[in-house]
Amino acid sequence: MTVIDAPPAQVPDELTPQRGRWHRVRPFLPLVALVVLAILPYSTISLPGIFEGPVNSPGTLQLLAICLIFGGLAAGYDLLFGRTGMLSFGHALYFAAGVYGTDILVTRAGLPLWQAALLTVTGGTILAALLGAVALRTVGIAFAMVTLAFAQVGAILVARDFGGLTGGEEGLPLDVSGLPAGLVGVTNTVNLYWLALAYLTLVVFVVHRVSGSPTGRVLAGLRDDERRIGVLGLDPYRYKLVAFTLAGGLASAGGVVYVLIVGGASPHITSSELTLSLLVMVVLGGPGTRWGPVLGGVLYMYLDHRLTAFGTSDAVDNLPAVLSRPLSQPLFVLGTVFILAVYFFPGGLTSLAPRLSHLTRSLRPPR
Amino acid sequence: MGTVILLALTGLGLAALYFLVASGLSLVFGLADVLNFAHGLFLGVGAYGTWWAAGNLPGAGPDGFGFVVAVAFGVAAGTLVAVLVELVLIRPLYSRTIEQVLVTVGLSLAGVALLQATWGADARPFPRPDWTRQVTGILGAQVPNGGLLLIIAAVLVLGAILAFLRWTRYGLVIRAGVENREMVTALGIDVRKAFTLVFAIGGAAAALAGALGGVYFGTVSPGQGGSLLIFAFIVVVIGGMGSVVGSAYAAVVVGLVQQFVNYYGTSGLGDICVVGLLAVVLLLRPQGIAGKVATA
Repeated sequence: MTVIDAPPAQVPDELTPQRGRWHRVRPFLPLVALVVLAILPYSTISLPGIFEGPVNSPGTLQLLAICLIFGGLAAGYDLLFGRTGMLSFGHALYFAAGVYGTDILVTRAGLPLWQAALLTVTGGTILAALLGAVALRTVGIAFAMVTLAFAQVGAILVARDFGGLTGGEEGLPLDVSGLPAGLVGVTNTVNLYWLALAYLTLVVFVVHRVSGSPTGRVLAGLRDDERRIGVLGLDPYRYKLVAFTLAGGLASAGGVVYVLIVGGASPHITSSELTLSLLVMVVLGGPGTRWGPVLGGVLYMYLDHRLTAFGTSDAVDNLPAVLSRPLSQPLFVLGTVFILAVYFFPGGLTSLAPRLSHLTRSLRPPR
Repeated sequence: MGTVILLALTGLGLAALYFLVASGLSLVFGLADVLNFAHGLFLGVGAYGTWWAAGNLPGAGPDGFGFVVAVAFGVAAGTLVAVLVELVLIRPLYSRTIEQVLVTVGLSLAGVALLQATWGADARPFPRPDWTRQVTGILGAQVPNGGLLLIIAAVLVLGAILAFLRWTRYGLVIRAGVENREMVTALGIDVRKAFTLVFAIGGAAAALAGALGGVYFGTVSPGQGGSLLIFAFIVVVIGGMGSVVGSAYAAVVVGLVQQFVNYYGTSGLGDICVVGLLAVVLLLRPQGIAGKVATA
């Protein structure tokens, strides 16, 4: 019996990942982006066509702040959808709990902001834990329907205005008299912008830490094959509940910041459409990636705001009615892009870069 | 006594509306595992198709036989859209459940926006025969005829679907497919034809719901389908996915609970009770009243 010493397998060149030119800089890119975003309000550049005024005008800063909030919300939702594989259709509920909770506690109960915020985030997290405990008894599509139904209760409660707390269809403007002076008024929009940026940073940090932890690996395992996790002796229910509660808490924290930026609560944020747009953001950006959902959320909100202006612009109005009318509906454009993305770019925006690099490499003449 | 009967009959009218939407959803989900968010779009197409036909189609009108033609046109339009959606968008993605849901979500967003772009966001008065505006006295209760029309239509649709499932070859294929799709495929039967058929049936029922719902409410608006769809989902889960009879029972329970609690409690409480009912059913009997266990 002879033992043959097999030579170590040669790994073909094209399979070893090439070190890009920027591999030393790459880990610092998020930090650079954060610094750039943080000092952005100090610049007075105006980007015609992209923003209406200069970058540091209150209108632009508010739009940017809303975009950042939704980037953070999408990243939090991705913890459920992209990283754990849970298709929740009720995420708007926890966001709305944050918005309405803060608004009601500040405006109706007259609490100081920090108390209201603390109570709201705690309450939102507990709500997510309770409802998640019921909803997670189902799996898959049934889970989606149950979360949708729970969120619908929130929408009904807000719209019917029980006890005169929520202001019903008209919404509830935030009473700013009790708020810290730095967060009130048009001139202080920049502080709200930084608050939104801080929220986004917090969510990205938390999601990153969780997905890198042992818990995060179990969550990824649940996404890929839930039965195996069960066979390994881990309880899928508990881990999913942890993810659901954490995502709910992050969403309600986002609601606290959002109500300050917008200056009130309106019932449309409780609608199932908001959850659906979160789903669209995550899928467009790239589910299960660190920057994809953030990018998707920021881009979606930006387009949602800017497409309205685009739809009423002359260029669109001069088109024949068959084209101009659908194009004036942001949701039509976004919905169509979304369907195309599901078919042709299943990994979302973040998958575009590797695909394009494959393309350019194959087009380049061989050395 | 009159109030109770009136509430019961209007509740049944609501139940009929839910059933028309839920029966298609339930069959589509039971057979093809597609959670169809675009079902509200089929309803909207049916409603707007009827509305358009009554005003513009020669031979159709808001009254008498013309109204039947208008409703038939609306139902045909809804069926056509459903079949097209299945063939073009859903079929390439079979067995990829999440992607299918995503596509129907995108479709519901874009479709409603398209309806809104074409006919405006505001509710439009729905053309309806004069007799549907009147009331009929039943045991001392003055019941609106529009609601009675819905109940009759729902009972007819239920009978037709059950007869189709029981006595035709394709009905047999669909029933077998709900039980075990792989086995049916293994026997050499092309289940995908049955998928298209189920989408057509569901689309037709939803479009009929849209047309008759327009008669019942008196107006038609782009967002109408969306709010009905959520309660239809609840009906499907309570009734058990894939079971038409289960959907019928669940629709009756949901409609009656909603109507009675909304009347005797505060307005809106009935809707919340329905969701509470859903939670209770899921905790005690996750597979619904009838039907297979609801899993992904």
